[in-house]
Amino acid sequence: MKTVSTLLDAEWRERYRRISSLNIRSSIYDLTNRCNLRCKGCFFFSSGEHHVQEEMDIRRWEAFIDREKIRGVNLAILIGGEPTLCMDRLEAFYRRVPTYCATNGLIKVPRDRFPDMMVGISLWGGGEDEKILRGRDTFAVSSKNYEGDPCAYYLYTLTPRQVGKTEPVIRRIRDAGLKVHLQLLSNDEGVDGFSWRPEELSDLRFELDEMLDHYPRTVISCRYYHEIITTGLMQGRRFGWRECPSVTESLDHRQPPVRRLIHFYRWAADLQTVHRCCTSATRDCSTCKDGAAHMSWVMVNKRDHMNATRDLHNWIEVYEMFAKLYKFIPW
Amino acid sequence: MPVNIELKAIHRRVAEIIIDELKLEDVTPDTFNPEMDLVDELGIDSMDLATIALVLQDEYKIVIDEDDYPRLKTVRLICEYIEDKIATRH
Ligand code: SF4
Ligand code: SF4
Repeated sequence: MKTVSTLLDAEWRERYRRISSLNIRSSIYDLTNRCNLRCKGCFFFSSGEHHVQEEMDIRRWEAFIDREKIRGVNLAILIGGEPTLCMDRLEAFYRRVPTYCATNGLIKVPRDRFPDMMVGISLWGGGEDEKILRGRDTFAVSSKNYEGDPCAYYLYTLTPRQVGKTEPVIRRIRDAGLKVHLQLLSNDEGVDGFSWRPEELSDLRFELDEMLDHYPRTVISCRYYHEIITTGLMQGRRFGWRECPSVTESLDHRQPPVRRLIHFYRWAADLQTVHRCCTSATRDCSTCKDGAAHMSWVMVNKRDHMNATRDLHNWIEVYEMFAKLYKFIPW
Repeated sequence: MPVNIELKAIHRRVAEIIIDELKLEDVTPDTFNPEMDLVDELGIDSMDLATIALVLQDEYKIVIDEDDYPRLKTVRLICEYIEDKIATRH
């Protein structure tokens, strides 16, 4: 029988133990329906998920968060809209539960109020792509706001146009004293030239590996994640609706049941509506490239990675990457 | 039935259920180490535990609270838990 002890040496066993006790229970919250940008391909606005009545009473937010804590949530992932437009709600989460804030970085989270909250700053490529897709080069502002911040990193969404051009972007991030995690654009609004072709994905996989090798202190990633996100395959299974772990629990009626994130919900800003999954309900699951969903897919399938030492190493590396990105373990 | 025989039967059945549910190879209910840490050694997670708990609930007509999952770390501890539940049921 394959066990952790038969598959791992002492060093890897220690790494395994460190993460196996974490028991992460995340949920996602749309903190607001508003944003100070309107990016082409933003799933939130393209899917109409912002058409709910935003809860404005901070006491209702506080009571809601307390209920979420009782539900077992130990990681609140705040998205939007732009969460930094609502600092009081952000603070209500931060004071109650480990909190991660996804932001476009244009407004700085004040570190006197949020000293160690992990901040993920979205970046959609080099300056030109950012201008096409987001209307401006956000990096110029966000890199000044967060320069050298140990609790912030870039969430660099790669587009097909970025293949072969990632290194200068990663170098700029490194020079700003920040880290970067990489994910792929799903092109929800079908912007011309931004949908993936198979050959672009395989080229990108090797480029991502190269970036990890060249900038190991800057790039928070691992090779197995690159493989999964670019091929959509894990242990011969294809990612999609039948496999996705990041579906809101109360809306998940899949049969037979799918291995999934326990008690995961994605709540709208009215604090009543729930959305189908961690991204847009209008997205086609067969072309979904959501990075967190792919990571979670690996994480919930641990025992499928217990057939060989290499597989279990891969699983541990993906779990560690997730735990670092959400500040459960240090960089 | 004498208590120790009953406990042995529960041990055997719990091991059998775990082997079946997790599709474990190269192990039988008799060779399954009742002290083996199911999380740290066998790599089971809360979803596996939930599946195993469902079968145990059916089999022994007990309710296993999700908050109790962290206690169910080995076959021996699961057996003791089942025994407790059966005892309080009567
Ligand atoms: S910054 Fe984020 S929420 Fe705002 S439009 Fe762009 S992708 Fe959407
Ligand atoms: S769109 Fe992506 S994240 Fe959402 S259910 Fe489909 S596969 Fe999962």
